[in-house]
Amino acid sequence: MTATLTRADVAPVASPKRRRRAPGWLAVLPLLVFVAIAFGLPAIAMLNGAFTVKDPATGATSYTTENLTNSLQGAYLTALLGSVKLSAVSAGLGALFGLPLAHVVVSSGSRALRETVLTASGVLANFGGVPLAFAFVATLGNAGVLTRHLGLSATGWDLYSFWGLVLVYLYFLIPLMVLTIAPALDGLRAQWREAAQNNGATAVQYWRHVALPVLLPSLLGGLVLLFGSAFAAYATAAAMVGSSVPLVTLQIADAISGNVLVGQENVALALSLDMVLVAGLVMAVYLPLQRRSARWLA
Amino acid sequence: MARLNLSRWVVLGLAALYFLVPLAASVVFTVDVPGRGITFDAYTQIFSTGGFVASLLLSLGLAAATIAIVLLLMVPAMVALRLGASRLRPVVEVICSLPLVVPPIAFVAGIGTVLKWGPEHLSRTPLFQTFVAIQNPDFPFVLVMAYVVMALPFVYRTLDAGLRSVDVPTLVEAARSCGAGWPQALAQAVLPNLRGALLNAAFLTLALVLGEFTVAQLLGFQPFAVWIVNVSGSQAQLSVAVSVLSLLVTWVLLLALAGAGGRTRTASRG
Repeated sequence: MTATLTRADVAPVASPKRRRRAPGWLAVLPLLVFVAIAFGLPAIAMLNGAFTVKDPATGATSYTTENLTNSLQGAYLTALLGSVKLSAVSAGLGALFGLPLAHVVVSSGSRALRETVLTASGVLANFGGVPLAFAFVATLGNAGVLTRHLGLSATGWDLYSFWGLVLVYLYFLIPLMVLTIAPALDGLRAQWREAAQNNGATAVQYWRHVALPVLLPSLLGGLVLLFGSAFAAYATAAAMVGSSVPLVTLQIADAISGNVLVGQENVALALSLDMVLVAGLVMAVYLPLQRRSARWLA
Repeated sequence: MARLNLSRWVVLGLAALYFLVPLAASVVFTVDVPGRGITFDAYTQIFSTGGFVASLLLSLGLAAATIAIVLLLMVPAMVALRLGASRLRPVVEVICSLPLVVPPIAFVAGIGTVLKWGPEHLSRTPLFQTFVAIQNPDFPFVLVMAYVVMALPFVYRTLDAGLRSVDVPTLVEAARSCGAGWPQALAQAVLPNLRGALLNAAFLTLALVLGEFTVAQLLGFQPFAVWIVNVSGSQAQLSVAVSVLSLLVTWVLLLALAGAGGRTRTASRG
């Protein structure tokens, strides 16, 4: 007994430090190379295209900010602001409804419920796009089942509007919130709640002073994810509202496929750059906060 | 916890209502046609429509390739970050978050521009053959590359959450001091503890690829989601029927994947 112990004690003392260095950056390298090719190249192409104009007569290209100026005027600007507003409202509501749902599922202790809801969320969070649009058109559209049976047309209900889109977007934003926040809720220790209760804290006080501060970075991270998803959504809106709600993604798709004017491809790239800048601003707020969440949930 | 029962059921009930009603209404919409009564034509037409099987198989192939590549790239990197390459951690986090700030529609605008370089500048170089090969309509690898990038943020978050509850250095050191090599230590000590996170990452990636429409459509390929749109332009009933079916197909696949992965989850440490 003692002999085996001493041998195990002596062996690893010198080795770990030397061995640990080996896999570090080598394991990360393939990831960096792949991202440089698959993501870096298109990003550079987008930047380059956003700042170049091709002279139709000579075919010569020159660097200019003309595309960006065009992308921030008139219909393009309206679309950009429309997208930001829709995304902010949808993300806020998605987080608001997603948190209690995730909390109920995680704290229920029922494995069946948890598996069902998380699997369903995994599906629904990516049930964006055209199928989702069709499902809501069938339900609440002008000839939808609920619209007909409940006589919603008389109340002025219109699915093809701003709030109609919000309702549809929540269908994939709430599950996304559940998926994002569930791991953080798992990290809330039962002891913290017990300790708070033993010290006479009410449920509200526990949430206000213990749970929410711990969850806040994860919540904000979820908000960013939701905002990004709503901001980037294209297929759902394209299939549902056509152009009755101005959105930047619809404008870009039109410009890429030359539906509006020929030669607007570079304005599409400039619009893409605008989208990236908006999303980048949000991330700049979010990343410092994200680092704090690891402190409690480690 | 018993005192929370009522509010608990209210929350679950409301969620069930919001998420199930559109699905139920869609089914009703497809079988209860005004003026014709109950009919299942919408569903029988789907299978007789060309391209259904081909596009579904293409989507599944793309999903399998995407999951394999994203996990092969991410798991070693994430584990290495826990094992002392922690200076690289902010770098990897930023890189994996970058796709979040580039929406698919902007991404595809960039990809399209890059793909145009092929015919314009590279037609004399061997690289041109690569450009042609990755755009082969039978299996467009360019889509796999795009999907891996789009999956990075989700996979990063999932793996990071999973790794948080695993003490990687201790596990590896324990395995190594018992005489295991690096590969064995990772495969037999670390990965089993990450099973839940790996499955979640695979789920998310699968669902992402099966539902992805923007990139595939604007680059002109036809996986499942794009086929649905192309086939559904003509009739309202058929388009909704395909939507219902696509959700069911996704469900079945995810459940099959969950079953294959075993039902055991890593127990949460109290």
